[in-house]
Amino acid sequence: MDLDNLIQQFQKKDKVAFETLYDMYAENICGVINVILKDPERSQELCQDVFVKIWNKSDQYDTSKGRFFTWILNIARNTAIDELRSKSHKNQKKNLAVDSLVGIYENSEDLNGKIDTIGLQSLLKGLKDKCIILIDMLYFKGFTQKEAAKELKTPIGTIKTRIRSCISEIRKKMA
Amino acid sequence: MDVEKYIASGILELYVAGALSPEENLEVQHYAIQYPEVKKEIEAIEAAMLELTRTTSPKMPADAFSKIRAELDEVIPFMPTASEKKTPWSNYLGWAASILFAVGMLWMYMQNSDLKSEIEVTHQEKESLEEIISTTREEVADKESLLQELRDRNVTVVALGGQTVSPNSYAKAYWNKEEQKVIIDAQGLPDPPPGFTYQVWSLKLDPLTPTSLGLLDDLASDDTKLFTLENPNASEAFGITLEPEGGSETPTLEQLYTLGAVGA
Repeated sequence: MDLDNLIQQFQKKDKVAFETLYDMYAENICGVINVILKDPERSQELCQDVFVKIWNKSDQYDTSKGRFFTWILNIARNTAIDELRSKSHKNQKKNLAVDSLVGIYENSEDLNGKIDTIGLQSLLKGLKDKCIILIDMLYFKGFTQKEAAKELKTPIGTIKTRIRSCISEIRKKMA
Repeated sequence: MDVEKYIASGILELYVAGALSPEENLEVQHYAIQYPEVKKEIEAIEAAMLELTRTTSPKMPADAFSKIRAELDEVIPFMPTASEKKTPWSNYLGWAASILFAVGMLWMYMQNSDLKSEIEVTHQEKESLEEIISTTREEVADKESLLQELRDRNVTVVALGGQTVSPNSYAKAYWNKEEQKVIIDAQGLPDPPPGFTYQVWSLKLDPLTPTSLGLLDDLASDDTKLFTLENPNASEAFGITLEPEGGSETPTLEQLYTLGAVGA
């Protein structure tokens, strides 16, 4: 079954289709949450919550919102950011301004082999800081292109060409 | 469209990130359907992000989905209970009744004001009709008294025939010798030209002695064309001439319109 059919079945509340989608994307969603929270156990719990949300919101997805992965990525990062905010109220040590991807990349050894440190480092090795910061903003913090342009005081055109070359570098390393 | 340039622009990376506006999203989808290269590129970018995010996952436990599945089963669609279902009817009925009542009242109010204005119009029509009746009655009374005067036994009717100047003209004189009055019916005279007026003369024939009885002023604007003049003379004939406004001392015989002899 191709992805489009799978999504259609999922939207008809087909649990088998949903489990297939879970198998396809669970690690990615959990990975996104962990980049933001840097808390493997909490990330696993939240990942389950996110999939329950995805199930309950199934009728809200349509292709005009973009890729299915983009849609669930958005649900995941919103859930994780909300979690971080509510935590930061309780524990002021946590700082929302920390660059999540930069942080997890620099401190990946601290995560006690719970993540694929080698894989992460091989993908990001040699990438400039501004690449990692931009990937973090657009993919893990959910900035729009305008917000990213404003935050980085960079024209939108430059944002686009930079993210293009950053992702291209990762793709070269995959090949 | 230059597909390579479009791909190189970086818009597809932003599309996968969900960083575009809804309009731009639609544009990208449109091109993805139209150009297979665009769709392939989107999938490649997504694959890179899937690869990256997989490395940062702490790996989900194998039994995680069974926990999720358990939660899916817990989510029971909201079903209103029977008692909850019944109660609203009385509410709806109440609302419906009051709305109906309000609409009814509004309708009655509008009907009422319509009727009021109709009555007002009818009242005005009645007043103007009454006015017409009273005017008509006055006119009838005037005509009756005139008729009485004409029918009086002392009245002598004198027909005045058209003369050389105006052969088609005619007039009548109703002469009441007792009351020394003569009523001239000037219906058969043409309207006088501007600056002129008709003058009525009492005539004695032997010798011919004209005596002015008066002027038929404003003949054109007088509807009845009836004029009452004093006539204390022992008239033998009546004549009507056209004279300059204000009348003349003696009749202008060239402008004699009508003439008639008493008892002829």
